[in-house]
Amino acid sequence: MRVVLAEDLALLRDGLVRLLTAHGCDVVAAVEDAPALEAALTDPTIDVAVVDVRLPPGFTDEGLRAAIAARARRPGLPVMVLSQYVEHLYARELLASGEGAIGYLLKERVADPAEFVDAVRRVAEGGTVLDPEVVAAIMARRRASPLARLTARERETLALMAEGRSNAAVAAALVVSEKAVAKHISSIFTKLDLPVGADDHRRVRAVLAWLREDG
Amino acid sequence: MTRRAPWAATGRSLVLVVLWVPCALLTVAALVGLALVVVGVGLPVVAAVLPGVERLARVHRRRAEAALGRAVPLVALRPPDASDPGWLGQVEEDARRLTEEALGRPLGAVEARALTGAEPFRRGWQRLQDVDAWRLLGWSAFAATGGALLSACVVLLAPAAVGALVLAVVLPLAAGLPWGWAAVLAVAGLLGGWAWWRHGDALGRLRAAADAALLAPGRQTRLEQRVQDLAASRSQTVDHAAAELRRIERDLHDGAQARLVSLGLTLGMVAELVESDPAAARELLDEARSTTGAALRDLRELVQGIHPPVLADRGLSGAVEALALDLAVPVAVTDRLPARPPAPIESAVYFAVAESLANVVKHASAARVWVRLDAGASSLRVDVGDDGVGGADPARGSGLRGVGARLSAFDGTMVVDSPPGGPTLITLEVPCAWSSPKTSPS
Repeated sequence: MRVVLAEDLALLRDGLVRLLTAHGCDVVAAVEDAPALEAALTDPTIDVAVVDVRLPPGFTDEGLRAAIAARARRPGLPVMVLSQYVEHLYARELLASGEGAIGYLLKERVADPAEFVDAVRRVAEGGTVLDPEVVAAIMARRRASPLARLTARERETLALMAEGRSNAAVAAALVVSEKAVAKHISSIFTKLDLPVGADDHRRVRAVLAWLREDG
Repeated sequence: MTRRAPWAATGRSLVLVVLWVPCALLTVAALVGLALVVVGVGLPVVAAVLPGVERLARVHRRRAEAALGRAVPLVALRPPDASDPGWLGQVEEDARRLTEEALGRPLGAVEARALTGAEPFRRGWQRLQDVDAWRLLGWSAFAATGGALLSACVVLLAPAAVGALVLAVVLPLAAGLPWGWAAVLAVAGLLGGWAWWRHGDALGRLRAAADAALLAPGRQTRLEQRVQDLAASRSQTVDHAAAELRRIERDLHDGAQARLVSLGLTLGMVAELVESDPAAARELLDEARSTTGAALRDLRELVQGIHPPVLADRGLSGAVEALALDLAVPVAVTDRLPARPPAPIESAVYFAVAESLANVVKHASAARVWVRLDAGASSLRVDVGDDGVGGADPARGSGLRGVGARLSAFDGTMVVDSPPGGPTLITLEVPCAWSSPKTSPS
C-alpha cells in the first residue's frame, strides 16, 4: 500500500512513518506543509493519503482543503484526515467530497496502532471511517429526529456502522452474535426507510448519506 | 415617521406656551445678571437663576421626549466644586488672613460670616466657567423667544382658523362687510385650519427637536461620560480576563496536569514490572494509554473554551456554522460579512453568539433559529432570532448579561427584544473597521 503522509510536527511524522512501515505500508512521501502535500498528491500511483488538517504555512485547515481539492481532481482518492480535534462541519465537507474512501480521526487514535492501520487500510479500500466523537456529535444533533425511534442497542449499532465497521466487527464490539447484529441492522433500515439487503459498503454509505442530510 | 393628528401636539404646545412665562422671567433675570457681572453684583444673580433654568429645562426635556418618542439627553450643571476655591476663594482667604493679622487675633463667628458673604459670588463665578451653564442659558433664551413663538403658532392656528370662518359669516350679516372680503377671510381660515391639521404635529415636533438639540450635553460632558463608561468597561474586562485565567489554570491543574502526573507514575511502575510480571506491565500500559486519551480530551475542551480551532480556521461565519451544526435545533446561518473582522472582535462575537444560542436551546423551546452576520458601515452586526417562547431578560439570566459584558469591552452593545410568548431577537453590534477585502485562505 503506497501512502502519502502530511504532518507538520516532526516527532509525530517520524512516529507515523515508523508505525505505517512496521505494518507493511510503503510511505512514498512524508511532507510537512501544504504546498509539498499538493505536489505529492499529484502522484497517480498512491493508494491513500494520511493528512493532518492543520498545516503550514497558514496553520489553519490547509490539509483538509488540499485533500478535498485532490479528491475533486481524482474522484475517490482515498484520504484519511487526522486532527487534534474533530469538527462536525469538516466531517460533512469530507463526506460531501465524493462517495467513500474517506476517513476522519482524532490524532490520538494512533495510540492503538493496529486499529489505526486497519482504519487506513479500510479507507484505502474505499470504506468510510469516522471518529466515534464525530458520530456522537451527529447522533446528538439528531435527537429530535427519526433516530429517536431506535432502541439504545440499535443506536450503538448505527454508530459503529458509521465508524465504518463490518458486521463481524460490530458484533465483536457489542459482544453479541453476528446474527443479532444483522437483526439490529435490518430493524434500523426499516425504521429509517433505507433500502435493505445491500452489501456492506453500500449500506454504510446509505447510513452516512442519511446522517449528513441536514435538518 | 407617519403623520399624526395634531391634537396631542396642540396640547403639548399649550403647556409650553404657559411655560413661556417662567422662561421669559428667568431669561431676563439672567441677562440682567450677566450685564451686572462687570460690577460684581451680577454673579449672585446668575448663581441664583441657573438652578431654576435647569429645573425648567428638565420639564421641557420630558415634553420633548414625549413628542419625539425617544430619549433626549440633558445637559446638567456641574455640582459646585468645594475643593477648588477659584480666585474669589483665594481673595476671601487672603482677606481673612490679612484681617486676622491686622487685628492680631482669630476672627469671631459673626466677623467670619461677614467675610464668607463672598460665597454666592464664588458660585456665580464657577457657573460662568461651566460650558453647560452657558448652553442652558442659550436654551432659555430660545425658549423665551423663537421657541415660544413656534408653540404659540401651533396653539393659535386652530382657534384663529375657526374665528376667521365665523367672522366670514357673521361680519357680512351684522356689519355689512362686502362678501368678497368675507370670501378672503373664509379662504384664510380654511388655509389656517389646513395648515394646523396637516402640519401641527410637525411644528410641535420641530419645537421638541430644537429643544433637544439645544439641551444636548456639550462635547466636554459627553467626553466625561465616555471616560466613565470606558473605566467601567475596562474594569469589567480586567475582571473577566482574570477570572478566565483562573479557570484555565484550574482546568489545567485538575485535568491534563494531573493526568500526566498519573501517567508518569504508571510508566514508572511499568518499568519496574516489565521483567518480573509482563502481564501486569501490559495491563498498566493499557491504562497509561487511556490516560493520555483522557488528558488529550481535557486539553481539547480547554482549547475549545479559549479559542475554538474552527474559529481560527474558518473565521466567524464558519465557526458559527459549526456551532449551529452541533445544536439540536435547526439553525439557519446567513453570512454577509465582506471580510474577516479583527481577531479579538471575531472571538468576542463568537462567544457572544455561542452564549446566545446556548440560551435559545436552554430556554426558548424554539423550532427554528436563525443567525445573521451583517456588516454596517463601521460595525459588525449579528442578529440571533428564534420563534420560541420569549421572555428572555438579560437582567435575570447571567448568561446574557455575560454577553453584554464581553461586548462592552469593544464598545459593543446587545439589545434583547423578547416579549413573553416570543419571538426573541437578540441584536449584537460591535464597532469594526472593514479594511481588507474578503479573502479565502487556500
